[in-house]
Amino acid sequence: MRDYETFFRTNRLPHIWCPGCGHGIAMKAIAKAIAKLDLDQDKTVIVSGIGCSSRASGYMDFDTLHTAHGRALPFATGIKLANPELNVIVITGDGDCMAIGGNHFIHAARRNIDLTVILFNNNIYGMTGGQASPLTPVEKKATTAPYGTFDRPFNPCEVAKTAGATYIARGTAFHAAPLVDLIAQGIQNKGFSFIETLVQCPTSYGRRNKMGSAAAMLKDMSETVIPLAAYNRLSTEERNEKLPSGVLHTDVFPEYAAEYAKIIKQAGGDKA
Amino acid sequence: MIIKVNARFCKGCNICVAFCPKQVLALDSMGKVCVVDESACIGCGQCELRCPDFAIRINKEEKA
Ligand SMILES: Cc1ncc(C[n+]2csc(CCOP(=O)(O)OP(=O)(O)O)c2C)c(N)n1
Ligand code: SF4
Repeated sequence: MRDYETFFRTNRLPHIWCPGCGHGIAMKAIAKAIAKLDLDQDKTVIVSGIGCSSRASGYMDFDTLHTAHGRALPFATGIKLANPELNVIVITGDGDCMAIGGNHFIHAARRNIDLTVILFNNNIYGMTGGQASPLTPVEKKATTAPYGTFDRPFNPCEVAKTAGATYIARGTAFHAAPLVDLIAQGIQNKGFSFIETLVQCPTSYGRRNKMGSAAAMLKDMSETVIPLAAYNRLSTEERNEKLPSGVLHTDVFPEYAAEYAKIIKQAGGDKA
Repeated sequence: MIIKVNARFCKGCNICVAFCPKQVLALDSMGKVCVVDESACIGCGQCELRCPDFAIRINKEEKA
């Protein structure tokens, strides 16, 4: 047994994800990051919304919450404020986080509350059969965009940055080893941390867009996603074809739960 | 090198087969991963790294 496997509810495995689905790779990276940091299993909470990605919480052996679609962040905020000692990790999908949950996302980032959000970005609503999400790239096909979508997608890392997140990183299922460190650093940041993780959905996205097998989709990621330093050396036109990976942004702001505790103290008459 | 396959977990996605640089792995007639040439394995762990199903494991040390 690998050390990180102690964090799985092995009696619930094999998981329900399709053959080749990238969610299993991303979930494994989270478990490895937790093992690496040696977090206390009893002080770590996993919260997710609804979607194939959000099923991950059910396979992880912590106190876990599988909440409502788009609502992982309000639940996570409540948990963190009630008990700031806990490590609160949020698993969400591109629909869950950026469509129905978009408003919660910008405000959780704005508050800089100490949560670590791992967005499993497969560019599609996987669970419901392949509707376009706010992260579906232009021209890609979806059940709701049979001729290809023309809605401009968000860049979720830029949204997080503008909203005030203090740690932002991007990794992929192909780059599964460095992904572990990106998640671990996010957990260590005392503030709102966001790790966009590109994953393949061969069933609801790849097949409709003729992207080939799960392995072919992973190989695509290995070519389009490049380290930030290499990305910065590209011309503006070249950048259109690529995405930067690694730690993209860090900042320092007061953390919300700590500020909240100060107010509680003050309101209770403690002037110190 | 000891390659351990958990056939119950394997869904036959072929990711491990595709990323093995030494053609050690293949899918069998049931569509599950099988080891075709264990002696060629260099222990790089590429298969285990990206297996979404926790179904393959490379152990460098000999079994006690
Ligand atoms: C309030 C509400 N609206 C819609 C749905 C239907 N629904 C379930 S999952 C999902 C989208 C999931 O997409 P995403 O978050 O990208 O996760 P994925 O399945 O791709 O991992 C939707 C729209 C729901 N469960 N609840
Ligand atoms: S539909 Fe897509 S996201 Fe959902 S389990 Fe299948 S491959 Fe994964």
